Amino acid sequence: MPDLLIELFSEEIPARMQARAAEDLKKRVTDGLVEAGLTYVGAAAFSTPRRLTLTVQGLLAESPTLREERKGPRVDAPEKAIEGFLRGAGLTRDQLEERDEKKGKVFYAVIEKPGRPAAEIIAEVLDATIRNFPWPKSMRWGASSLRWVRPLHRITCVLSDEGGAEVVPFEIEGIKAGNQTEGHRFMAPGAITVSGFEDYEAKLKRAFVVLNPEERVEMIWQEATNQAFANGLEVVEDRGLLAEVAGLVEWPVVLMGKIGEAFLGLPPEVLQTSMKEHQKFFSVKNPKTGRIERFITVANRETRDNGATILAGNQKVLSARLSDAKFFWENDLRVAQRQGLEAWTDRLANVTFHNKMGSQRDRIARFTALAGELAAVTGADAALAKQAATVAKADLSSEMVYEFPELQGLMGRYYAEAAGLPAEVANACQEHWSPLGPSDDVPTAPVSATVALADKLDTLTGFWAIDEKPTGSKDPYALRRAALGVIRLVLVNDLRMHLDRFVDAQLLRHQIAANGDAEEALKEELLREIAEHGVFGAAVRTVLERLDGDAPEWVGQIVEHKPDTSDDLLAFIHDRLKVFLRDEGVRHDVIDASLAMPGKDDLTQLVKRARALSDMLGTEDGTNLVQGFKRANNILTQAEEKDGVEYSFGADVKFAEDDAEKALFAALDAAEAEIAPAMKAEDFAAAMSAMAGLRPAVDAFFEAVQVNSDNEVLRRNRLNLLSRIRQICLSVADLTKIEG
Amino acid sequence: MTDKPTKPRSFQEIILRLQNYWGAKGCAVMQPYDMEVGAGTFHPATTLRSLGSKPWAAAYVQPSRRPTDGRYGENPNRLQHYYQYQVLIKPSPPDLQALYLGSLEAIGIDMDMHDIRFVEDDWESPTLGAWGLGWEVWCDGMEVSQFTYFQQVGGHDCHPVSGELTYGLERLAMYVLGIDHVMDMPYNDPQSPIALKYGDVFRQTEEEYSRHNFDAASTEMLLRHFEDAEAECARILDNAAEDPKTGKRIIMAHPAYDQCIKASHIFNLLDARGVISVTERQSYIGRVRALAKLCADAFVQTEAGGWAA
Repeated sequence: MPDLLIELFSEEIPARMQARAAEDLKKRVTDGLVEAGLTYVGAAAFSTPRRLTLTVQGLLAESPTLREERKGPRVDAPEKAIEGFLRGAGLTRDQLEERDEKKGKVFYAVIEKPGRPAAEIIAEVLDATIRNFPWPKSMRWGASSLRWVRPLHRITCVLSDEGGAEVVPFEIEGIKAGNQTEGHRFMAPGAITVSGFEDYEAKLKRAFVVLNPEERVEMIWQEATNQAFANGLEVVEDRGLLAEVAGLVEWPVVLMGKIGEAFLGLPPEVLQTSMKEHQKFFSVKNPKTGRIERFITVANRETRDNGATILAGNQKVLSARLSDAKFFWENDLRVAQRQGLEAWTDRLANVTFHNKMGSQRDRIARFTALAGELAAVTGADAALAKQAATVAKADLSSEMVYEFPELQGLMGRYYAEAAGLPAEVANACQEHWSPLGPSDDVPTAPVSATVALADKLDTLTGFWAIDEKPTGSKDPYALRRAALGVIRLVLVNDLRMHLDRFVDAQLLRHQIAANGDAEEALKEELLREIAEHGVFGAAVRTVLERLDGDAPEWVGQIVEHKPDTSDDLLAFIHDRLKVFLRDEGVRHDVIDASLAMPGKDDLTQLVKRARALSDMLGTEDGTNLVQGFKRANNILTQAEEKDGVEYSFGADVKFAEDDAEKALFAALDAAEAEIAPAMKAEDFAAAMSAMAGLRPAVDAFFEAVQVNSDNEVLRRNRLNLLSRIRQICLSVADLTKIEG
Repeated sequence: MTDKPTKPRSFQEIILRLQNYWGAKGCAVMQPYDMEVGAGTFHPATTLRSLGSKPWAAAYVQPSRRPTDGRYGENPNRLQHYYQYQVLIKPSPPDLQALYLGSLEAIGIDMDMHDIRFVEDDWESPTLGAWGLGWEVWCDGMEVSQFTYFQQVGGHDCHPVSGELTYGLERLAMYVLGIDHVMDMPYNDPQSPIALKYGDVFRQTEEEYSRHNFDAASTEMLLRHFEDAEAECARILDNAAEDPKTGKRIIMAHPAYDQCIKASHIFNLLDARGVISVTERQSYIGRVRALAKLCADAFVQTEAGGWAA
């Protein structure tokens, strides 16, 4: 059985795309071969910056012959029907067989598909694979209309067995498959003829190409750690960088260089970021001092000076980069120490956050106020939270962050420390950005969590206030991420709060700000009242009454504030919560059942309820109880519609006839006695389990008792009994929303 | 062993060698465009000529202005006025990478001693409505060129595709000559009777323009000029294709494109003056892009743009 070797040789493939492309090549080609009847024993794919390679071992030399029988119309069927059958089968009438069947003579078509040689199939599959390759981004070049990730130059396609190797005849847009490839661009230019995968891999290695990316990764890591170890140092591990670097070289040569003495005082993160982002260098740390003292770069070639020129060049580039970084760092430190972080926040007055939301500085003022209000529910010291919020974004004006935006927050921490601010404030400067992604850590220090929450809520309310919400796939301000951040901050910190009050307050803060200057003190007093007691709270009215007709115009906005926008934002947050809980395995109907209950702006309570309900539905009693509830609810709803009354008068046990009926009374009494205090204590798990405990009694009741009795007194009493079941169940969650 | 080219001795020698190299490879060696542009790509020899089906090969130096990069001549490698070397070949030849590497050898980079890498870097010009795929080329970890296969310009698909090479001349020359601060780089041969350094030629202008760009340029006037250029570009193209005077079909794609270039540079100046907010920025870029598209639409209706009666 022959082996197949395919190599697609191109100009440099982006490192980040290589691994996926090798997998896609393997999948598409082998799937295509199998579909055409060519099975194989094994396959493997590899990539370097300039090639994707696939080897398939033990391929069938040709696809098996296929025989297919098709039953046709009767021999005496209308001519049209017979013609249609012939067309479908691709045969002429004399090729049909006539067979005797019960209903008379029937035509049969026996279609034989002869097997095809592997080469023919490979050519077809390869053509389709190249034309439809799922590159994340592809391009055209020259006058060709072919698309590939970068210009495709050469195709090697060789089928080999004991008898020898032959080129699979194949051509695409002027590129003809052959049995030649090329080695390293600089170290071994020129063509190499290959006869099969082993030969290919061995010859490539002699031509300074390590085909297997894992082997390159291993070589780089081994050599890097060896060189570091020999100097008593260690390489800072970075798997992502390692994979990327292995995708930039065919012949890895590891070179270690020193970082100039002048730069060793820079924060390690600055060194690391600068080296990684700009130069793709690894950082090498001195385990004794914890300082990053050297770097490792990976060249793509050997030279007769053992890389000395290359290393010197890299060192020079790094020095230029780090000189910049050092210049920024020292300037920034001077500002932080002498003028304080306010110097930077002042400058943020000139940076537009959004043309309808004013400057970054306006924004800081807004969420600082909110942070002060939130402190009451987060347990943070309000003064510290406000101080932290005031300076949290200061580093955006620093030179270092301007140059390395990815260091935002971290630099804030350094500069806050340099300015002598409290540790909680410095922490918040860094941590308030989190969580950024779904797997990012959530800050738990009260001050950090408060500022993080204020920041995100301000962003959300701000964009809601100007009606720029995410639509479809468009979410340019990452508002979905902000909403998820709010959810995770609330849940992880177990915060109990009426989210809608803070949302109302912040929305109004935005709307008032949009109307120009308001009287600060009065405005803040009102908004604080809203955040604490809600927009309809008595306290707000008290403040308004004190003004007694003398109110400035913007007060009207508060009085007439309609909760529509807040509700809409809350619904958006709930949508994100659904996605979040779904990923946790909580069903959407469970979330809906919990959302239908009062207090849904208290996310912690909402999620506790949903999780308890989800757990309950995982038990047999739970699912059966829901069935019982639904049955009770259906019977009851029908009866209520028919009779035009609501059966909520309370059932009386003295009308209970059957034992099962009496037992249900007892069970409901017992359950109520457990559920009410559990709900009061928000112990949803206990409430749900008490509710699920009703299952045997409910089932037995339906088993033994006919609700719609002829005796009207009995019937009404039983309906009222069902009403108790409904009432108890609905007090825990809206079980009508549960599906199935 | 083949003979290695000698090391160049000055900034201008590197430019001259590039001119000779690409001239010898068949490019029309053109002169800089006589307007302020942000990059060599803006030269009509690239932007407009990358459109349509007619083959093209050009190489030229283009003085480029980036007002926000001004550092009063103090930064070792940031300048508000610098030079780009630009090569554009349509259709991109199959050996463009090899041709490019040959140009590095021509300016004295010894391929046996250095580590040259093609690192993914996709190019996009929001103001030109253009994008392409390619790399930044690294020499020992230093970016020495931008290498792009144009896919779209002015909203038009490029067919055939042009290959574009852009060398940042100061940076490349500093690397080849081993200079740490751009102002210390020999401009002409250091053995010349009157040896001039880059700083002798440009330090003062860097100071003057930095001050002008950041603090002195009249924003009010610039805003007005932006509007004028924008209106003029559209007005020029509103003229009928047939010239009433000569009776010939003369679409004024290039004069209109001049206004587009002008608007683009004025936008850059306004940006440096710090009077454009983040969101306004997008809208200005969109306005320039709209002009670039108009000009591209017009150019493909001309003979050079592949139009045939």
